Amino acid sequence: MNAQQTWPADDASPAYNYAYLDEQTKRMIRRALLKAVAVPGYQVPFGSREMPLARGWGTGGIQVTAAIIGPDDTLKVIDQGADDTTNAVSIRRFFEKTADARTTEATAEATIIQTRHRIPEAPLRAGQIMVYQVPQPEPLRKLEPREAETRKMHAWAEYGLMQVKLYENIARFGEVTTTYDYPVMINGRYIMAPSPIPKFDNPKMHMSPALQLFGAGREKRIYALPPHTSVRSLDFEDHPFRIQSWSAPCALCAATDSYLDEVVIDDQGARMFVCSDSHHCETRRAQGHRGTMLGDAATSGLVDPSPSAVIPGDRRETRDPFRNPTEQGSGMDPGSALRSARDDDAKVEAGAKS
Amino acid sequence: MYVAVKGGEAAILATHDLVAEARRGDAAVPEISVAQIREQQGLACARVMNEGSLYDADLAALALKQAQGDVIEAAFLMRAYRTTLPRFGSSEPIDTARMAIRRRVSATYKDLPGGQVLGPTYDYTHRLFDFALMDNESVMVGPDPTISGQDGASGANAAGDARVKPEHDAKPLDSHMPRVPDILGAEGLMEPEIAPEGDPRPFDLTREPVSFPADRDVRLQAMARGDEGFLLGLGYSVQRGFGNSHPFVGEIRVGEVSVEFVPEELGFAVDLGEITLTECQMVNQFAGSKDVPPQFTRGYGLAFGHSERKAMSMSLVDRALKCREFGEAAQYPAQQDEFVLYHSDNVEAAGFVEHLKLPHYVDFQGELELIRRIRKERAERLANETEALPEAAE
Repeated sequence: MNAQQTWPADDASPAYNYAYLDEQTKRMIRRALLKAVAVPGYQVPFGSREMPLARGWGTGGIQVTAAIIGPDDTLKVIDQGADDTTNAVSIRRFFEKTADARTTEATAEATIIQTRHRIPEAPLRAGQIMVYQVPQPEPLRKLEPREAETRKMHAWAEYGLMQVKLYENIARFGEVTTTYDYPVMINGRYIMAPSPIPKFDNPKMHMSPALQLFGAGREKRIYALPPHTSVRSLDFEDHPFRIQSWSAPCALCAATDSYLDEVVIDDQGARMFVCSDSHHCETRRAQGHRGTMLGDAATSGLVDPSPSAVIPGDRRETRDPFRNPTEQGSGMDPGSALRSARDDDAKVEAGAKS
Repeated sequence: MYVAVKGGEAAILATHDLVAEARRGDAAVPEISVAQIREQQGLACARVMNEGSLYDADLAALALKQAQGDVIEAAFLMRAYRTTLPRFGSSEPIDTARMAIRRRVSATYKDLPGGQVLGPTYDYTHRLFDFALMDNESVMVGPDPTISGQDGASGANAAGDARVKPEHDAKPLDSHMPRVPDILGAEGLMEPEIAPEGDPRPFDLTREPVSFPADRDVRLQAMARGDEGFLLGLGYSVQRGFGNSHPFVGEIRVGEVSVEFVPEELGFAVDLGEITLTECQMVNQFAGSKDVPPQFTRGYGLAFGHSERKAMSMSLVDRALKCREFGEAAQYPAQQDEFVLYHSDNVEAAGFVEHLKLPHYVDFQGELELIRRIRKERAERLANETEALPEAAE
């Protein structure tokens, strides 16, 4: 290569393969993905490539998406639950540019959803693939900094250290103080980092009909959850796993069952709480749900109060925010709101044995 | 979220324009060319080639121009380009004993075959500004009259700004410049370098994930592309007390080495061209063990371009990382391969440190909720306790 060579200027795409990565690299990643799916929750080392986006900015998720995306796919990219956060925009543009990707904001329309820090509120369906961007794939890293040791701990399922850490949390603070990246037990075998999603989202992973893939680019690890895999958030019988709750509904769409972001709206300490899942919130507003502050927000031009486009494909009903999505429609006692996913897990395992 | 980032796409595109504008600076000042950077900022280009793991001075200069001189950003550009290049083979091992020497110094011997060759170095400059560089073009002489100039042989002008390039009594260098560790090795005093069994092809950490403990080929490769500042700090720590090394610079050599490649269809080596390399071999004491007699051990550093600081730092850390091979306890950061290899990569480190700029409000909301609840519960508990106190007093 020399500087005299003419560089592709406007038409940059022919210089790169479809979806940026060369086919050999894609095959290498797919092999890692297959292994990961075969051993749910196990971290498969892979030859993570250097990407034109910065490490820590989603290069693992981007490589996974690049390895699985095809012309028939529809891609949704979210960061913090929203489609319009800057890095989500940047990654979406990357795939629009390199893979001519058809993109969407509608959760139900997407075949691949690449995400950072959230799982959409709308339930996922069979055939969809979640791709998680993972900064630290090793759930034990904060307990043991050496990779050579943590790999042994996983191999021997030596997870006492993690239980002790959770216990110490409870002894000191009365509860487990991990609010995101809350460790989960996969299929009764591997402890896995769910990526920094809030623990609110953990129950959504359990028995999900969608395929869930996790890519950690900087740490060079891939792991996966095949559809209908048990995902148990670690807890104790007398201190069951709980998820976050809010005292007020979303100020824009009045949802009571979604994860809310807090927005400081003046310098007097006033706050409003709004859905972190921007598509979920817009869909509800399009359906006529109105939150208490929707008028104010519309006046100041921050939101369109009545989006004209009806967002298709969302047939959700309001549900109990504390309940595991897999329990929906099971007619369970609504009083068991603060239950852990553990009971469900036990049922599945019992079912598998019988 | 809707308040802060609606219109994110337009804002992102606008930042691209703003960065282009900032890069150009004042339009009244002539623009710097890539060739100028390549020729006049060669040490910066060398660092970008090292940390970008790609030997291409033109691209390094372009990367520096595009990155406004930000070396890590420039290395990132190099790597993101390098990763797309097809691999059509590996070169033959280079032979630094056959280097066309530009500079070669040894701290272990006063004189040796081939002699000491100072070459271009800042080592003995006084770090005083040469204001002639501010105004004058084509300053090809150092700020002080040279030794030959003082002799009056070439009549250097005392006015200073009209310096005359003196005639140096440069003698042609010896064609044979044996590497110092080889001299020690011939006596059996130096730890021999033996290729691992079967002499396998070195690991490629840009294509395969690293596992630990890492072998020496992986460690050297990681350090060759590692951050100069990080390795410098680690090397310094080894010298200062966070490591038990007593190093001597066996030799530093800088010069050109030819790269050869054997195409499968030809079956013989073809010369691809020359690259500039800096090699440093550190000689360290080793007291010996039950099986091994006392001998000197080696720390090795190799870097693209004229990069002495990098090669020296690397060779210090290389020796520290060999503690496992010599049965020494790994007590210090520079001796721990996971610590050194994972954290020396500045492109990865910069990405992860800087990702903290990305929105984290979902996680932060979780923390807010938790801390508010714990504080509330604590306040309630304290209130109950103070209410209960008078009773206890009774």
